[in-house]
Amino acid sequence: MVCEMETDQTEEMDVEVLSSMWPEDVGTQADNQFNVEKPAGDSDTLKEVDIAEKRTMADLKRLPELLNTTDQGSSQLTNLVRQWEYMQDHAVRLLREELKILTKQREEAEAKELKIIEEHNFETEEPENVPVLDETSHLFRRFRQKKRDELVDSKRVVIDEEFDTVAYWKQKALSLEKMLEASTERERRLIEKLNESLKTMESHSAPVEELTQNLKRAEGFLHFILQNAPIVMGHQDKDLRYLFIYNKFPSLREQDILGKTDVEIFHGGGVKESQDFKREVLEKGKASKREITFETDLFGSKTFLIYVEPVYNKAREKIGINYMGMEVTDQVRKREKMAKLREDNAVRKAMESELTKTIHITEETMRAKQMLATMSHEIRSPLSGVVGMAEILSTTKLDKEQRQLLNVMISSGDLVLQLINDILDLSKVESGVMKLEATKFRPREVVKHVLQTAAASLKKDLTLEGNIADEVPILVVGDVLRIRQILTNLISNAIKFTHQGKVGIKLKVISEPSFASEEQNETSVWICCDVYDTGIGIPENALPCLFKKYMQASADHARKYGGTGLGLAICKQLVELMGGQLTVTSQVNAGSTFTFILPYKVATSDDHSDDQEEFSDMVDHQPEPDDTTEGYFQFKPLLGSIYSNGGPVIGNNFLPHKVMLTSPVRIINGFGAEPSNNTGQSETVQVGNGGYMDETRQNCPESGHEYGNGNGGCSSKESESCSSSQASSEGGVLEMESEITVSSSKEEEKTETSKPKILLVEDNKINIMVAKSMMKQLGYTMDIANNGVEAINAVKESSFDLVLMDVCMPVLDGLKATRLIRSYEESGNWDAALEAGVDIKTSENDQTCVPPTNRLPIVAMTANTLAESSEECYANGMDSFISKPVTLQKLKECIQQYLQ
Amino acid sequence: MDSHVAQLQMQYRNYILSLYQQGFLDDQFTELKSLQDDGSPDFVAEVLSLFFDDCVKLVGNMARALDQTGTVDFSQVGANVHQLKGSSSSVGAKRVKGLCINFKELCEAKNYEGCVRCLQQVDIEYKTLKAKLQDMFNVSVIIVHMNPVSVWDDFNKIILGKE
Repeated sequence: MVCEMETDQTEEMDVEVLSSMWPEDVGTQADNQFNVEKPAGDSDTLKEVDIAEKRTMADLKRLPELLNTTDQGSSQLTNLVRQWEYMQDHAVRLLREELKILTKQREEAEAKELKIIEEHNFETEEPENVPVLDETSHLFRRFRQKKRDELVDSKRVVIDEEFDTVAYWKQKALSLEKMLEASTERERRLIEKLNESLKTMESHSAPVEELTQNLKRAEGFLHFILQNAPIVMGHQDKDLRYLFIYNKFPSLREQDILGKTDVEIFHGGGVKESQDFKREVLEKGKASKREITFETDLFGSKTFLIYVEPVYNKAREKIGINYMGMEVTDQVRKREKMAKLREDNAVRKAMESELTKTIHITEETMRAKQMLATMSHEIRSPLSGVVGMAEILSTTKLDKEQRQLLNVMISSGDLVLQLINDILDLSKVESGVMKLEATKFRPREVVKHVLQTAAASLKKDLTLEGNIADEVPILVVGDVLRIRQILTNLISNAIKFTHQGKVGIKLKVISEPSFASEEQNETSVWICCDVYDTGIGIPENALPCLFKKYMQASADHARKYGGTGLGLAICKQLVELMGGQLTVTSQVNAGSTFTFILPYKVATSDDHSDDQEEFSDMVDHQPEPDDTTEGYFQFKPLLGSIYSNGGPVIGNNFLPHKVMLTSPVRIINGFGAEPSNNTGQSETVQVGNGGYMDETRQNCPESGHEYGNGNGGCSSKESESCSSSQASSEGGVLEMESEITVSSSKEEEKTETSKPKILLVEDNKINIMVAKSMMKQLGYTMDIANNGVEAINAVKESSFDLVLMDVCMPVLDGLKATRLIRSYEESGNWDAALEAGVDIKTSENDQTCVPPTNRLPIVAMTANTLAESSEECYANGMDSFISKPVTLQKLKECIQQYLQ
Repeated sequence: MDSHVAQLQMQYRNYILSLYQQGFLDDQFTELKSLQDDGSPDFVAEVLSLFFDDCVKLVGNMARALDQTGTVDFSQVGANVHQLKGSSSSVGAKRVKGLCINFKELCEAKNYEGCVRCLQQVDIEYKTLKAKLQDMFNVSVIIVHMNPVSVWDDFNKIILGKE
């Protein structure tokens, strides 16, 4: 039951829902309305008419009955039929006509409608091309279709209502008119807008004018710049002819320039260069700049900075150049000046900084140096005198003893000089001004001399020996003085610290050491020199500071042995200066060996004459020809000396003994055994041996100790010859070393004796000063005349051996003065000079008026210019000429020619 | 300190060399230096100071002569130039000398502007040279005086026996 109830209900519900969803009334009504109205077309109306006709035809059905009854009726019928048919046809025809017109009208209307729609479309801007997808376009089409239908429908409604009526057309016409109006309205509005925009267009034209104005101003400005800029601007075609130019040189007119090239316009330096430069730019097609200095007749010397760039046409062909030139003469000059100034400045600044860097050192060294210079000079001068005198003394006739004493004197003096030189050397080495001399020397002799000298002042029982390996060259080139200095230093050092045993020098050739610099060439030989002793030795910890200045192994040593500790420092510096190395090995209480390695150039022993000179006297005095190759020397203190203050010089204090036997061992034994009985035969001498002053003084306590000559009797021929050879060689060395002193004294002497009188005629103070100084160096003095007149007066007053005459002088020039002097020589009077207006001082000498016997040599000093040609000098009676500036060499030659 | 001296020494030499290379000096200056010895230790300095005094005087004379309104006495200028030429030639002041030769020619040609220009150049040139030489001498003095104190002490000890 319930179920049935429910289903019923649901059914009812369904019905209810359905009915609510579709409101039937509305729909049907609407449908009906449409349906009713729709079929009510043309045909329906006709049907109705038909029906109405048929209803009238209902009488026809009754016609057969009538027919049957009346013929009349039948004919009537026929007539009626015919009439009806005719009417029918007529109606049909009318209707068709009507239809046709209507259709036509409709078509027209539709066409018009379409047109309007299209117009509307245009306005309503329906997107025609927007739809892309088919569906959408389809939809769209449908939509449009629908819309059109709707439109047509609405029209149809109108048509339906008022079809074929005037009202209809009126209405339509009205609507069309409205549309027309609307479109007219639109058109009007558009025109308005157009006018408006036209107006705005017109108003916009104002800024354009403003811009034009601006452009004109800019152009004017540009023009102003072009015409007034301090630069030349031009344009030239590809033949480099000017097409136009701005700021040309003022004196040139346009027609002077246009159509011409630089070369045609200007002449002088730089023009060609500039032309070439332009051409180069044109050819290379690359703009560039250059500074060109012109030297033209037109504007003189001016430097231009020129900028040139090529000009192309549209086809990228070169058609000419643009050119711009700016005068930079002053700038260039300033720039150069600046560069120069900067350079100078930099140099000066560098100097300055160096100066300030060293200025604090300067102050303390200044005083020291000054005193040192003074003192060394003070000492050296008298010492030179002493040695020089001794030297002169040695040339006089002396007996053997005197000669020996003198030799000691000379060698001691030499050593003092050497010591002073040492000190100066050290400072020289330290300051880097030390110069090494390359002289030939014989190493064997050097060793021998050093040992001899050492032996000379030896006051200990020591054996001094020299051992030179056979391969050591006989003659080498080096700075012999320095090497001697080193050896002497090392030997004296060795002797100082050795109380017994021996001290020796050993020379041998070694291969090139590793520290050798590449400068050494193949002719070098490296010689290793050992200076050994059997002395107290040096403790290992003292070795590092051994070569330092003023350092000795210990304070004790310094007290005990004295000395300054300078010697080794000098040695080391000298050795290093010569490219060598100084080393030391030592063992306490066993001895030390100082070794220095030096490079020497090998010299052949027979080549040079000066070499011969150097050793000539030695050869004379040396009977043993093999001395130069001797490889072993030994010296022993054979003669004792007594040092007594103020004691007279009696004789020689030493006799170095040289042994020349092939077996050294035997010799050593032979002499080594004997020193104990060294007594007797004592010729004492007071020794003031400067070279070893410190050693000597240290050893002074020993003075009084007598070293006897144990070999008194066997003071053989050998020893004699040895000593004499030593004497001569010492003398030889001395002569070399003291050459300067001797030669200067000789020159002095010469001027004293011959005293040639020289007159210098020169107006320039500086020239006088220089010439005078040169003359002084050459050992002459001069009289000075400042011009020709003075010269003539000087010549008149006294006789000269030589006149040096400047050519160009004030008051009276050299040529005229010479002419007048020559005229005097010829005539014996000065009339010519007086005639020439020369103010000649008269003196009583004039009366004598003796013509000079000899022609006075007059040498012109010319500046070698055209005005002072040599021909002119000769023509005016000069004998020769010296070209200025005067040099020592020229002067020397001149003096040699005329005074000797 | 030794290296300082050596360095300074080197610079000094280079500086002099540069003066030769730059044409400030010529061989005559070398000649001049060779004349200096113990007998006249300041010879070069003396000559040069004389030379520069001379320069001042001569340049002054020439400037005055060229400054004259109206006719310029070229012979007077010429005489001064000649003096300067002689002096500069004697001391080896190459550039000054070169300028003087030009100057003299200009003077003979009575080229006023040229003379004035040349005078200015001479003025600059001798002053430059003076400055350079002054530097040089300052340095040389320092080098000479830079020998270490120690040497002096040695000297005292060894020669005079002082401590």
